Amino acid sequence: MQETSFIQRVRAGQLLVVGFKYTVLIILCLIMMGPVATAVLGSMRTTGEFLSKPFGLPTNGIHWEHYTDILKSYSFWNSAKNSLLITAGVASLNVILGSMLAFVFSRVSFWGRTILFNILSVGLLFPTVVAILPIFIQVRKLELINSLWGVILPTVAFGLPTTVVILRAFFVAIPRELEDASYIDGCSPIGFFRYILMPMSRPALAAVITLQIIAGWNEYFLSLVVLADSNKWPLTLGIMQFQGQYITDWSRVMAYVVILIIPAVIFYLFTEKYIVTGLTGGELKG
Amino acid sequence: MSAILSRVLLRPDQRIDSKLRKRLNKALLVVMFAAPGMLVFSIFLLIPVSQSVQYSRYKWNGFGEPENYQEWGNYERLVEHKVFQGAVKHSFTIMGLSLTIQLPIAMLLALLVGRGTLPGRRFFRMMLFIPYVFSEIVTALIWLYVFHPRDGLANLAFDTLVPGFKPMPWLADRDVVLYAIFAVLIWKYFGFYMILYMAGLQGVPKDLEEAARVDGANWLQVLQKITLPLMGSTIRLTIFLSVLGSFQQFAIVWVMTQGGPVSSSETIATYLYKYGIKGFNLGYGSAVAVVLFLITVVFSIGHQRMIMHQDYMEYTS
Repeated sequence: MQETSFIQRVRAGQLLVVGFKYTVLIILCLIMMGPVATAVLGSMRTTGEFLSKPFGLPTNGIHWEHYTDILKSYSFWNSAKNSLLITAGVASLNVILGSMLAFVFSRVSFWGRTILFNILSVGLLFPTVVAILPIFIQVRKLELINSLWGVILPTVAFGLPTTVVILRAFFVAIPRELEDASYIDGCSPIGFFRYILMPMSRPALAAVITLQIIAGWNEYFLSLVVLADSNKWPLTLGIMQFQGQYITDWSRVMAYVVILIIPAVIFYLFTEKYIVTGLTGGELKG
Repeated sequence: MSAILSRVLLRPDQRIDSKLRKRLNKALLVVMFAAPGMLVFSIFLLIPVSQSVQYSRYKWNGFGEPENYQEWGNYERLVEHKVFQGAVKHSFTIMGLSLTIQLPIAMLLALLVGRGTLPGRRFFRMMLFIPYVFSEIVTALIWLYVFHPRDGLANLAFDTLVPGFKPMPWLADRDVVLYAIFAVLIWKYFGFYMILYMAGLQGVPKDLEEAARVDGANWLQVLQKITLPLMGSTIRLTIFLSVLGSFQQFAIVWVMTQGGPVSSSETIATYLYKYGIKGFNLGYGSAVAVVLFLITVVFSIGHQRMIMHQDYMEYTS
């Protein structure tokens, strides 16, 4: 049965329903974007203006100095560097280790495979909070306190179950004939992995990398606990330096927030497809 | 490589034949590929967490080795502490609200924008999902302003919509603060569940719904009897993730209220941080973590049972 097109349905007199749908959607969009608008507006006014009237337009012209101050400060770029390092480390390590694990879990049958996979899956259950204390103790034992690795490695450990589950489901779908053909041609399993399986799995890999980049960029709790030296702080912690004990420089905080949002939004626009695929295992179309 | 292995593992009179060589090669492959990942996983997740139980039996300030053996003392104190009881109650409240409000909203929106031919679908989808990409810090800070006691956006909005509304100190009012925080949580996370439902919807054949409509069913009946049951596994997945997520909330709550005022927005996670880590009481904190883990495990097992039962019924009926 042919799906009735939108225009046809409108003509058929369902204007009321359609109008209702749009109303709901537009209201929701306002709710979703309203808070963000507050932040953007707040960043363009002075703290004084803000405290007296949080939601309003700038009165004395746009105060760009909040942005320029941040963008000129060394500590900002330092934190940015730390964020980039953490994100790159988490994403790359997670994907490499995860794909290797997913490969053997999906295409090689060996004793203990199910047990190991179940152990890994248990990792999906742990709330970060449950593990934070013992991980802190462990990181300290390994003398990784204050090192970015102390943040990267546990984050990778947390992300591995998700990655392995997604990739394994994908790898399992690659036809066995392809693999056997490559072996007949003299390829080793490692070669198959490197030259055939991975290139074929680009969509799933892109999804996993995207999810891990988001996780690494937004990492907060672990960094808070492990990194005592403020020189090592990523952007998510760097914002704390604007909150003094008695006075909070709100406008500057808002400028910082806007600066953090922009890359996230740009990143999302480019990778929307991959995020959605990764979260839904590739079922979503359109 | 397998030559080395074979020299190590075989007795002198055993000879290597191609079948054995193949098995050794396979073992090598598995070890080479699985070891690094499992190593990182064990060292940084598995082993530390299993040591929690041991740490929880000590009173320990975190420096040096645990010394002060308490047996179950930490747990006794935990159960009696009013603040902890409140934290547990709050966490369960968040879970309940999430299941009854967040998931249905996500479902309704998935139905609205998930399929069909409404123009601008993709734009709305993006608007609804984007808060998920923001970090928790960013979310918490933005909403701190929205809830500003005098003229924050929240007060402004209610003031224009509701006549006779007096500006409220959202985050300072003991009865309101938890719900204010829940509003933030929905704002940030419901897009995620919406996307999951959208994927689930794709698995529901449109023909079935059309057929039901032809037979005279209205949209509510179609929803109840056809769409929702066919999305069963997706719904169960979102319930699972939602409950787990409710118990994990730390960053947003901490940045906005630190669990206050007077511990009225304390969650199990903020409690762990405040009384365990900040209070240099790592043994006590470990006890909290173990309790939280037990809650999680009990729920997971229950969920697994329910799923197996459900899927079994679906399979056999």
